[in-house]
Amino acid sequence: MESLTNRKIVVSDKPMTFIEKLYIPAILSGMWITLKHMFSKRKTIKYPEEQRVFAPVYRGMHVLKRDEQGRENCTACGLCAVACPAEAITMIAAEREKGEEHLFREEKYAETYEINMLRCIFCGLCEEACPKEAIFLTDRIVPTEYERADFIYGKDVLVEALENRIDITKRQATGKRGSI
Amino acid sequence: MDTGMLIEKFILVVIIFLISLGIAAYSTYFERKLAAWIQDRVGPDRAGKFGLLQPIADGVKMFFKEDFIPKNSDRWLFIMGPGISMFTALITSAIIPWGPNIQAFGRTIELQVADFNIGILFIFGVVSLGVYGIMIGGWASNNKYSLFGAIRASSQMISYELAMGITLITIILMSGSLSLSEIVDKQHGMNWNIFYQPIAFIIFFVCSLAETNRAPFDLPECESELIGGYHTEYSSMKLGLFLFSEYVSMFISAAVISILFFGGYNFPGMDNFSGNTLALLCVLAFFAKIFMFIFIFMWIRWTIPRFRFDQLMHLGWKTLIPLSIINMLVTGIVIAFYQGWF
Ligand code: SF4
Ligand code: SF4
Repeated sequence: MESLTNRKIVVSDKPMTFIEKLYIPAILSGMWITLKHMFSKRKTIKYPEEQRVFAPVYRGMHVLKRDEQGRENCTACGLCAVACPAEAITMIAAEREKGEEHLFREEKYAETYEINMLRCIFCGLCEEACPKEAIFLTDRIVPTEYERADFIYGKDVLVEALENRIDITKRQATGKRGSI
Repeated sequence: MDTGMLIEKFILVVIIFLISLGIAAYSTYFERKLAAWIQDRVGPDRAGKFGLLQPIADGVKMFFKEDFIPKNSDRWLFIMGPGISMFTALITSAIIPWGPNIQAFGRTIELQVADFNIGILFIFGVVSLGVYGIMIGGWASNNKYSLFGAIRASSQMISYELAMGITLITIILMSGSLSLSEIVDKQHGMNWNIFYQPIAFIIFFVCSLAETNRAPFDLPECESELIGGYHTEYSSMKLGLFLFSEYVSMFISAAVISILFFGGYNFPGMDNFSGNTLALLCVLAFFAKIFMFIFIFMWIRWTIPRFRFDQLMHLGWKTLIPLSIINMLVTGIVIAFYQGWF
């Protein structure tokens, strides 16, 4: 059949010639190739000192956002947990008391909110599902730990600190989720 | 045998022992570096400058691992296996002539622990004993993968030893002696055997790769089929000894190849020197040759994929053995012709 691309390679199983049966020329040419690689440029990025530039759409560790007045956005609706294909998110909801209006934006809030980073596959579906613009994936790396329990991140890690807001515009400005 | 001789042999043995172990340790480092370079990586570079402390780190790691002996294994044989491997790998270094005699403390000191007149047979015998370590280890583990590895090792050893032995005969024919120091002396200057016996060299080199269980003949330990082959059940320093003995025997085979085909410690223009300078230069030349062969061994390992077992047997029995027999016959006829035995 006529091939549509020029990438077709015809497989042949014709018997090997004497030179090919000797193997030695083939081995030498293989060794020449590896010799050239010995002196080629190294592709290694020496991680802690040198860091790769992340793509704008990179999905790393989550952040639970606060609004402009510093109130937590999350209303513990559980949509993220339902959307999560890895069942990584759990939370316990609580009702906002009087006098806590400066802490939580909605009347219901997440008393505990945990993401198991060992289960999470960083698909970003929680971010998609959230109706309150509360959870976002950022370009931060989840650090390594020695214990499994240390990978279950609670609100202390996930919620951004008031004085240290996490910038999420890089990923959000890619147009993947409209504009914010 | 006087005391001075005992002392000097003892010192020599200790030095050779340390050198073998040191070179084997740094071979592991260099092997990892070379593998990395061939694959466009950097390789170990964290332990010390350029990762030079890596072998020590590896050794310490090995020591601190749990030393596990499987319940169904044959306990004593299991412990003996790595020991035999290491022992046979190290003992061959005894008869390697490292350089010409040196003068020190008013004595003439041979740089060879023992000058057997049957040196080559000794090497050959000990090397074939080496497979017992693997065989016993694999058998005693009581694990099917280990057993497979052990069986492969022994059949591979038997098949390749034949071709190796026959090529050795050509070298013995050339030099008329079984003693390694005489074989080296016959190749004075640039009169190396490789120029007379290129085919024997290729056969011997291939067989050495097979004898040291290195890729492309590393079927006894072939990770992708047999997990770890004969050392599947081994852990801690016992595994360390197995892996280490491979590097020691690589060092020794490199030395033997340089002796048999590349003139041992001879180098072109050696007649311009004499005395201890000559001896020093000779030792350096010898080690340069050894390092070159170790490099080639590694280079081949990271270039060529592993053979299939039937291909291995095919190559050994149907190609190398007939080739080496023909080579031996031709050598014999040529020598007989020139020496007028017809
Ligand atoms: S990124 Fe995906 S897997 Fe991770 S928590 Fe969100 S929805 Fe679950
Ligand atoms: S993060 Fe968003 S989706 Fe998840 S519980 Fe909070 S508000 Fe709901």
